[in-house]
Amino acid sequence: MWSRYSHGARLAALTTIGTIIVLPIMIFVLGPNMPPGKGTDVAKSQVFDNTVLLIIMTPFTVFILVYVLYSVFVFRADKDDPLRDGAHIRGHMPSQIAWLTVTTITVLFLAIFGSAELLSNGSGSGQGPNPVSTEKNAIPVQVIGQQWEFTYRYPTYGGVETAQLVLPVNHPIEFHVTSLDAIHSFWAYELGVKADANPGVDNVAFVTPHTMRTFQIRCAELCGLWHGYMYDTGKVVSDSQFTSWINGQRKLYAATQKYLPPYATTYAPDPEDRAG
Amino acid sequence: MKLVGVGAVVAAIAALIAAYIVFLTHGPTPFKPAVAQAGTQKSVNLTLQTVAAVGPKLAPNENWVSYLVQENGVWHRSTVWTLPANATVHVTLYNYDGQSGLRNPFLAQSRGLIGDAFTLNGKSMSSIDPDAASHTFAIPDLNVIVPIFGVADDAKNQCDFAPCDPSMAHETVKFSFKTGKKGHYRWQCFVPCAAGFLYGFGGPMQTIGYMDGFINVV
Repeated sequence: MWSRYSHGARLAALTTIGTIIVLPIMIFVLGPNMPPGKGTDVAKSQVFDNTVLLIIMTPFTVFILVYVLYSVFVFRADKDDPLRDGAHIRGHMPSQIAWLTVTTITVLFLAIFGSAELLSNGSGSGQGPNPVSTEKNAIPVQVIGQQWEFTYRYPTYGGVETAQLVLPVNHPIEFHVTSLDAIHSFWAYELGVKADANPGVDNVAFVTPHTMRTFQIRCAELCGLWHGYMYDTGKVVSDSQFTSWINGQRKLYAATQKYLPPYATTYAPDPEDRAG
Repeated sequence: MKLVGVGAVVAAIAALIAAYIVFLTHGPTPFKPAVAQAGTQKSVNLTLQTVAAVGPKLAPNENWVSYLVQENGVWHRSTVWTLPANATVHVTLYNYDGQSGLRNPFLAQSRGLIGDAFTLNGKSMSSIDPDAASHTFAIPDLNVIVPIFGVADDAKNQCDFAPCDPSMAHETVKFSFKTGKKGHYRWQCFVPCAAGFLYGFGGPMQTIGYMDGFINVV
């Protein structure tokens, strides 16, 4: 019975069966555990985006594996078979049309889906100095990348600069990511925030943390000798803890406050200054 | 035969990579200061020098800015140090370099020190004018940073290159910090002090043995 069908029909049937078996595992087992976890709304949306990508890639991956295994077993030559040339490939219009149609639809869907996701909440990514997706009543926090440490400035709290990133829970945060030397990238992993830190550029990213927790901060752009050591741990705390902490920081760093430049969305001076 | 040859080449490459990693993490000449113990309290003295140019005797890159460490009265160019865990480190640093200025003034304030302060020529303080900074000594993972005040431009008898003599113009900075638990910590300078390199952060700022190093806490 199996031999009545063409190779193409058999491959299609095996791919369909394989996809039906694997897809629920991808959706219900692997999907919920996709990075970066569910620390914030944008992180959750990234988990959703990664799950959608997983779903789309599943039939393609199954097809490739099925094709490889099918070829190994079905097209295997016996030891005594004479060496002979295979059938000449002359093109196959239905296959070509099917391939172009499927890949075009997939790519167009991903472009539209990705754009819609970016427009809906920014996806935690740096949106440049003029973000399309914004949050109202957000607390601005400037992230300053330098070789090799991130520091943080809170313009609505007297412009105090700190060595720690602490955020109040349930408040929208407006990160202004910049650098004062090389190119860095601010990656607050569990928050789902990743934004390039370029000198002279204000890269804005939004996030609203809903749970009190710690989160890992790393530089995601190769920036020199100690790039691998450019990490930190941030905290999301209650309103009262945040107020207490920020007041403590203002007292602690009062001595250097007078030397800081007035708050601006990019950090002066220019990297060319004070070199050597 | 061919398999043995491939295996030998792979083993040789693996050995070279391992040697390189050991060289990077432990350094060519790790410095281990003597440990003093009073009861359960351990302490070590670390005597450092920062120079505008390391000079031809101590490095192939004679014009590079560098830290030096003193061992038995002799200055060495070693920035990989082995220190005991949970010990107090008393640092005396003689700076013979000029004022480059911090790019980020926030780093002009010390943190993570015992007593929350350092002394500059005997005077206790917790911050300096960022424009007068010559270097910083910072161990970010231990939250330690100390700004190093630079020698004034018009100071007499300045040291052009190491080894510098105590009679030459210098600033003396003293501070103490705790090493904490065992680990492998990097230290660095935050001042863009590498003259002649892009943004002042190339060359000696990107090379272990000059303005960066490791502290092996054991």
